[in-house]
Amino acid sequence: MLRGKDDTKPWAGAYQPYDLVKEACIAIGVMALLAIVLTVLFSSPDDKPSTVAQWSRQLPVDFVKTAATELDGTSGTATYGPPYNHNGEGQHAAFIYLQKWLGVSHPINTAADYVIGPLETVPNDPALRSALAEYKAAPEKTQKAWGEAYAKPLEEDAEAEEEGKPLPKTVTVDATTGMVSVQASGTGPVPTMMTSLLSLARSGGLDGSLLTSKQFFQTDYTKPLLFMADGGLLDKRAEEQHLGGDEWGMMNETGSYPGQAWLWLYAFWYQIEPFKSSENADVLVMLIMGVLSLAFISVPFIPGVRDLPRKIPIYKLIWREHYRAMSPRSSA
Amino acid sequence: MSGSRSSSWTIKVREKAIEALPPEKLLPDGQPTYVASWIYMFGVASIAALVVIITSGTILALKGPAWWHYTGIGHFFNSIHMWAVELFFFVMVVHLWGKYWMSAWRGGRARVWITGAITFLVAVPTALTGYVSQQNFDAQWISTQAKDGLNSVGVGAFFNVTNFGQMYSYHVLLLPIAVVALVSAHVLLVRRHGVVPPIELGKR
Repeated sequence: MLRGKDDTKPWAGAYQPYDLVKEACIAIGVMALLAIVLTVLFSSPDDKPSTVAQWSRQLPVDFVKTAATELDGTSGTATYGPPYNHNGEGQHAAFIYLQKWLGVSHPINTAADYVIGPLETVPNDPALRSALAEYKAAPEKTQKAWGEAYAKPLEEDAEAEEEGKPLPKTVTVDATTGMVSVQASGTGPVPTMMTSLLSLARSGGLDGSLLTSKQFFQTDYTKPLLFMADGGLLDKRAEEQHLGGDEWGMMNETGSYPGQAWLWLYAFWYQIEPFKSSENADVLVMLIMGVLSLAFISVPFIPGVRDLPRKIPIYKLIWREHYRAMSPRSSA
Repeated sequence: MSGSRSSSWTIKVREKAIEALPPEKLLPDGQPTYVASWIYMFGVASIAALVVIITSGTILALKGPAWWHYTGIGHFFNSIHMWAVELFFFVMVVHLWGKYWMSAWRGGRARVWITGAITFLVAVPTALTGYVSQQNFDAQWISTQAKDGLNSVGVGAFFNVTNFGQMYSYHVLLLPIAVVALVSAHVLLVRRHGVVPPIELGKR
């Protein structure tokens, strides 16, 4: 396919002296110097990470609302599907369900992992013990009804805040203690559980609980990160730094640093329709990028793409000295 | 003796290697006169930036992943590492565009292009694993954003960007080995086939 049009012959012309090792050493020196100059001028960003404790103190209503949705199984993580749970199919493109096919590899039960499990570690709290026992003994339908009844005023509060309307009086925050009160009926033991969870989070205890597993050393932050991503603190910080998905998302980093500029084409698709509003945007963009990556590797074999450099003669600029030297006038 | 020599795998590998890349081809002291443009500098600049990345990354790895957060010298080396990565991608992209407009795959050099293109594609997750291993807000934000794309195609099942331990292993060992191996193959192929000659005028 390639060979048919390829008339390139091995070079039989003149050679000039060349010191490869010297060139490599000079290049390393220049690049090191450039990196040092950029470091001295601009340093690098290092904004401190958020913690669950900070989240619960800075946005207590958002924390409690998120925790309530983790408990009643309506949060982003609870309904995500693979690789975290079976509560959704995940994204797909036509008949391709890669997310579903690869299965659940990092199981997360949001009610157990984010609420009930951590609360069971709280010592010397008979009221909480009783609330947990009541919750666990109740049928699933009743648990769901309690959770939804508790979450409803919190969701109304969040909607009102987002739309800039006056906040309903059903959700209040004690200015001194930072504790959240939710006025709702039919909530069973959920208010007691949520108050204890907020206290645990404010003390920093929940950060530790979410990392605890069967072993002492921990390096997997999947659970706390997904919990925080369900809430509003990471989004709030990202919006303040213009890192949102509609502003080229993860391609950027905090401050005015270049970030991962090489991801521009990947981030580009999220800025335009139909991807911008598609529920399957991620899989569609990934598949497009997969096809484009294959095309990029295969440039030498793709008719049209491989021929373009001959039609747009930038090569004449690159080899202008060679062509000048080879021209009859020059030879004469 | 001669029987054992002819069946020696070591001798066969050595003879094949010398046949493919004799020393004067591997480390040449001359090059064709047409190699006379600033665009040729971006290939060696990419390798030079990679050397700076690996050197600064090795210093960061020696001191551990948290060192750069609480010492000035650590932050200094982290900054060098980050800017070397930015320079690496910049010069590599210019190098790639230059090679595209030179149709550098001509004359049986398709594998040179392919190894270069794959190097770029492997460098992207190498950098991403670095960004999500930073243990700061950028790592939190980028990992929680990146997970959806990777999960959507099933990659998240075995490559979890919110698992710091896994990402750090990929970043300091597995992916750099892949990048260095690809760059090595790319450079050896360039040395074997030589720098692509100019397109002959009038033969477009």
